[in-house]
Amino acid sequence: MTNQSSPSHETRTPVLSGRMRFLLAASSVTLFAFMLLSAYLSPFAYMIVTAFKNRAQITDPKEPLLPLSATYTYTGEEVTYEYVFAEKEQEVTIQPGDEFDYYEVEKDGETRQWALVVPRRGTSFFINPENPDAGLIEWEGEWRTLQPAYRLNLQLDNFSRAWAEIDFLQKIRNTLIIAIVGDIGTLVSCTLVAYGFSRFRIPGKNILLIILTGTIILPGQVTLIPTYALFSRIGWVGTFLPLIVPHFFANAYNVFLLRQYFMSIPKDVDEAAMLDGAGPLRTLISVILPQAVPVLIAVVLFHFVFAWNDYFAPLVYLASVPDLQPISIAIQYYNQTYTFEPNMIQATAIMGLVLPVTIFFLGQRAFMHGVVAPSVGK
Amino acid sequence: MAAIIESISKWRARRAGRGRGKASGLSRRETRWGLLFISPWIIGLLAFYLLPMGASLFFSFTRFQLGAGSGTEGLQFIGFSNYIQLFRDPQVRKSLLITLRFMIIALPIGVLWPVLLAVMLNAKNLWIKQFLRTLYYLPFIVPVVSVAYIWRGFLNTQTGWLNRFLELLSIPGPEWLNSTSWIYPALVLVGLWGVGDALIRTLAGLQNVPNELYEAARVDGAGWFRTFWSISIPMVSPMIFYNTLLLVIGLFQYFTLAWILGGPNSNPDEATLFYNVYLYKQAFVYSNMGYGSTLAWVLFILALTVTIIMFGTQKYWVYYAAEEG
Repeated sequence: MTNQSSPSHETRTPVLSGRMRFLLAASSVTLFAFMLLSAYLSPFAYMIVTAFKNRAQITDPKEPLLPLSATYTYTGEEVTYEYVFAEKEQEVTIQPGDEFDYYEVEKDGETRQWALVVPRRGTSFFINPENPDAGLIEWEGEWRTLQPAYRLNLQLDNFSRAWAEIDFLQKIRNTLIIAIVGDIGTLVSCTLVAYGFSRFRIPGKNILLIILTGTIILPGQVTLIPTYALFSRIGWVGTFLPLIVPHFFANAYNVFLLRQYFMSIPKDVDEAAMLDGAGPLRTLISVILPQAVPVLIAVVLFHFVFAWNDYFAPLVYLASVPDLQPISIAIQYYNQTYTFEPNMIQATAIMGLVLPVTIFFLGQRAFMHGVVAPSVGK
Repeated sequence: MAAIIESISKWRARRAGRGRGKASGLSRRETRWGLLFISPWIIGLLAFYLLPMGASLFFSFTRFQLGAGSGTEGLQFIGFSNYIQLFRDPQVRKSLLITLRFMIIALPIGVLWPVLLAVMLNAKNLWIKQFLRTLYYLPFIVPVVSVAYIWRGFLNTQTGWLNRFLELLSIPGPEWLNSTSWIYPALVLVGLWGVGDALIRTLAGLQNVPNELYEAARVDGAGWFRTFWSISIPMVSPMIFYNTLLLVIGLFQYFTLAWILGGPNSNPDEATLFYNVYLYKQAFVYSNMGYGSTLAWVLFILALTVTIIMFGTQKYWVYYAAEEG
């Protein structure tokens, strides 16, 4: 992949010029990366397409991939049309909600998309969905030879239905409380701890840093049960507190991230501030923090997305209180007990990921730089 | 010895008068501030790590049922009974085997995939790098619940896109999540979406490789693979080591995807009864907190053993370029 086509002008007699070879290599590498990406992200495409389908569009095995359908649902008023077939007068009544199939119909040299109301041998009767009140249109020919006309038919109802049935607004509120209060705790505690580790002489600092790293790889199960028993004893199980309070006591990832950034800020500035009589806390607030805004934003975004996506802790602590559950648990519960329709399930998947994905695209630099720090910090 | 004398004299100086010994007073104050600043973490370490670890070791020797709202009244010391039960429990053996077997197929792919992606995304002549990197990272920040349901649909035997694609190639698609053997490859596929942080770490490592090394390799006439194997891989081996460590420990704790995709009954036919799923069920479905703690400590010891072994092997394959403490 790193096929070095050197841009320097060498004196080989090239079939292709250096520049051409570079372009060729670049476009083939990029093309390959793109094709792999399409395969890698194709489940997202499945999700989006499926979320906009209706039930019929999914169960039909010959259904096209996109949320298309060849079904026209009549929405006008109830009306009775008379028509003549086989030299007899007949009538047909159509009501709002009746469904007819769309076909590509050729008449007078033009192809139109009409809905088939009265299928008969030799002559059939259609209506024009764009102007249903104009009445039946007679067409001579075999309707069975016609091609069904698929057109885009997006089922936006899926989202409003899931929104209402999950009580999504309440779940968003719960998730936001957990994420934002936890965010404040993480930001304050990790900043203080990282400042302590980056600027002060602390006895046994290296050992403490090793222990801090160790907490990253410690399996959470080994502390889970006593922590749960404790929270249960003090009546916190079934409240937001177990999901929020521990974040006021710092975590290794963000401490390393912040510490690394603080250490890159020259020390003489805050020493000067201290000589001017500023205490350590004042120095942190007025000298260090203003220079560390990008990394502070990164920490806030990281924790927000972590809290939004978290599944295990709310499963353990909020399993029995539906009114306080965040969206991760609510979506899973909904899909497991209420709906087995793929379109609804994919709609909820979209509803779960819209916010974190938006935040990610807005703050992608912070994300992609932030992940690197903890591994360097060891 | 000298250190003790020194500290005694310091202590005397401190008692003699606060004004004297300005330098040591300053550093003492500095230490005090430092400890104050890190105190949230120290308290958290005690309250949420060390004490619970001790407590769960203690619980592992008890029978302990925790009903809603009740305290530790139902706690009863039973010695090694839980550990004996654990060795006799067929579900433990089964879930541990499932976990280890899954680890064997998931680990190599989980280690290699981010490295290959990183090498591709670091290619010199790749266009729109930033754009591609962002999109390859994207699945990592999608909530695991959404990930589970997206893939459940995508891997559906009849309507899922993967099998519909295989159908185009006239390959009969397997039953994926409904098959007791195909469920593991299916979970590995889902796991390919979880490598975003490993990818970015490896990419950062590749970007830090000094260009001279590649120049030198080119002068020596090394081909692409040779350069990759003898320069790129050793230079990012610390990242690979770290990724592998996190992955192994993560696989020991494999839970959420198995729980959502397999459901409480670990479908199909208990094929998704991973060790941690069994632990969760014992502790939070059957409320056996004592036995759950035993399972947790055994998990911890297993993970710790693997961690120690991995740190032991790192001198053979992990290359730290002139690193200072």
